[in-house]
Amino acid sequence: MKNLYTWVCIFSTVCASATGDVLIALAMRRIGDLGHFHRKHGFLAVIARVLSGGVLFGGIFFMAMAFFSNLVGLSWADLSLMGPASAALTFVANAIAAKFFLHENVDRRRWVATIFVCGGVLLLTYS
Amino acid sequence: MTLRKYLVLLSIVVFGSIGDSFLARGMKDVGAIDVHHLAHVFSALANPWVIFGIFSLLGFMSCYMTALSFADLTYVLPATSIGYVFMALLGHFWLHEHVSPQRWAGIVLVTVGVGLVAGGPSRTEHPPTPVPIAETMQEQV
Repeated sequence: MKNLYTWVCIFSTVCASATGDVLIALAMRRIGDLGHFHRKHGFLAVIARVLSGGVLFGGIFFMAMAFFSNLVGLSWADLSLMGPASAALTFVANAIAAKFFLHENVDRRRWVATIFVCGGVLLLTYS
Repeated sequence: MTLRKYLVLLSIVVFGSIGDSFLARGMKDVGAIDVHHLAHVFSALANPWVIFGIFSLLGFMSCYMTALSFADLTYVLPATSIGYVFMALLGHFWLHEHVSPQRWAGIVLVTVGVGLVAGGPSRTEHPPTPVPIAETMQEQV
């Protein structure tokens, strides 16, 4: 039963994390390169600019959900299972979400890289 | 990509790994959380390891948001997964842990994946939709 709870936590961590990642990426894309903005307007202007977007807070909310789901999962399972399993599945979920929601040009090179990293993380976990 | 941008990616790896390790250490102290009393997860916020972990993850978050301001999500995530390789190599050379052939294969796969994505552009544009030939000819007329 504990095993089932662990995988429910991994699944909810992956969903919340992918949603949070997409929302934060969308918010940061709208803001633009923070390095350029910092050089032009200073640190406080960067903080004000980042905190002015509502989408960002949506992303942070889902990241907080992922955090607590991960925390509950860590109380039942080892980091060596929770960490890589949720990370590997998040890679794939993010690549799909980035293609359809962020309209990123996920070309063959990035799909192959995502699959290689995903496979590598699984091998590192279960060996 | 400039050196500053690579340093931002490296900071993601460092803060993320430290934060996860501190959280795992803290949750071992807190113990298993009963599925019927999930609100007890908030009591973990009083554990010093969990607090250190949260501060590390705040550092991770700020670096992560900075990286997403200049690079695609599908670039940042695979590029920062090199942390798994660092942890495995640290385990082998520093802690003298046994690294099995499967684990070496995992290290090779992650390294190749990171190399593939890092060698490409950090920001891509969606290819423009091709204009049908009929429309182009109508415009010319």
